[in-house]
Amino acid sequence: MTAVLPSRPAERPTGGRLIDQFEYGLDAPICLTWELTYACNLACVHCLSSSGRRDPRELSTAEAEAVIDELQRMQVFYVNVGGGEPTVRPDFWHLLDYAIGHDVGVKFSTNGVKLDKARAAQLARTDYVDVQISLDGATAEVNDRVRGTGSFATATKALENLAEAGMKDFKVSVVVTRENAGQLDEFKALTDSYGAQLRITRLRPSGRGADVWEQLHPTMAQQKDLYSWLLANGDNVLTGDSFFHLSAFGEALPGLNLCGAGRVVCLIDPVGDVYACPFAIHENFLAGNVRSPGGFQQVWQNSELFADLRNPQTGGACTKCQHFDSCRGGCMAAKFFTGLPLDGPDPECVQGYGESALAARDTELVTPRSHLDHSHTGPVRGQPTLLGMPAIPPAKICDESPLAGLQLG
Amino acid sequence: MFDPELPWQRARSVALRPEPFGALVYHFGTRKLSFLKSKTLVRVVETLADHPTATAALLAFEVPEPQRASYVKALADLARSQMIERRSA
Ligand code: SF4
Ligand code: SF4
Repeated sequence: MTAVLPSRPAERPTGGRLIDQFEYGLDAPICLTWELTYACNLACVHCLSSSGRRDPRELSTAEAEAVIDELQRMQVFYVNVGGGEPTVRPDFWHLLDYAIGHDVGVKFSTNGVKLDKARAAQLARTDYVDVQISLDGATAEVNDRVRGTGSFATATKALENLAEAGMKDFKVSVVVTRENAGQLDEFKALTDSYGAQLRITRLRPSGRGADVWEQLHPTMAQQKDLYSWLLANGDNVLTGDSFFHLSAFGEALPGLNLCGAGRVVCLIDPVGDVYACPFAIHENFLAGNVRSPGGFQQVWQNSELFADLRNPQTGGACTKCQHFDSCRGGCMAAKFFTGLPLDGPDPECVQGYGESALAARDTELVTPRSHLDHSHTGPVRGQPTLLGMPAIPPAKICDESPLAGLQLG
Repeated sequence: MFDPELPWQRARSVALRPEPFGALVYHFGTRKLSFLKSKTLVRVVETLADHPTATAALLAFEVPEPQRASYVKALADLARSQMIERRSA
């Protein structure tokens, strides 16, 4: 089954702007995310891949090596490795070396759980590896509410280890939420204090993110402030070009202002499934599997879904908007998981059309859900408290202390 | 500064990946990406090392005079981002 996509012309033009070329797709992706495992020690409330438990069908070491060989042949010069928590895979460090040895550089995202002093020193010695530590609050209070108790301490310990080891160019990666949007300067200061670089990206209603998006996505006022902040600080802050929908406030933000899904972007998930984008883990955006004949290359170059995505959008409400050239109608995944049409405005459209589109949704509408959920089923140590759940409730009051909860005196 | 009258070559840590519109350029050292927006420019960059000067490479591919300036500018940009480097004659 494929998504219902806007109608588009099929001929690639010669010459012209790069962005117009990108809309017709490339022979290999530029921004390939590879999630090595759905297993994770944390249970962040907004996890885009609903990670937690390992999938038993996970690619084996040999299969992962074969994917790397293929990426080398296709000249995919680097991959963004994530998860789940990629470093909990026992062969993570081997695969890292294997990729680098095959001209595939690695940028990996981690919550820092395995980055002790020895690993930090190892990374500092390795070329072609980039590390991003995820942090969603500049203070433990804000961070731990969404990522879980103790996760701020784990992340900052990892940052300390990397700084001490002399690691160059490591990143602090922040998903901007309603709760941390006011902390941008603090994030910058924190990042600078480790000699690291700040990377901020957009919260999408993907995976468990769908459950908290209403509550956590930045308000319109925060989006406006974020836009001004990016214009002022953009040169020193990475964004993965994820805020291009903000360009409709006025001046276009630097970077690639388009939805790259299936065109220059894609995801290989832990079981080898290939999706149009890491934020689009849903059957409608599933293009194939690396285990099938022809492997990843066959999926990237010949899948029907990707062929459908590789055209410029010509119809729909957004194409009539004066900001369409810089905003491009925003993020496909954000529209899809909020139940909005793919050729209409982004739910966070800064001109306000998203809000009205959300309000006009059928009250009966059930927003699409991913068919996959690897969330932990039981309580997790340090579970986030955003949803009002206490961190690991004792089964009975007296399991913790026979006197706990008793009002004495 | 980029001088088209000097010998140049694709930098040693740079790889070109052919694409329908030209090529993607990747520098393994700086980890920067760039793009060559025409197939002729791709051929020029690939063969810089075979010509005594960058201008000679442009002539070899019969880049017409009116377009020459934009090719020189593209090469100058590539030199600035270390995608091409000076060759010792
Ligand atoms: S779906 Fe959204 S996150 Fe994915 S490539 Fe498009 S704009 Fe980016
Ligand atoms: S209407 Fe569409 S193109 Fe215009 S600003 Fe909103 S999302 Fe962007």
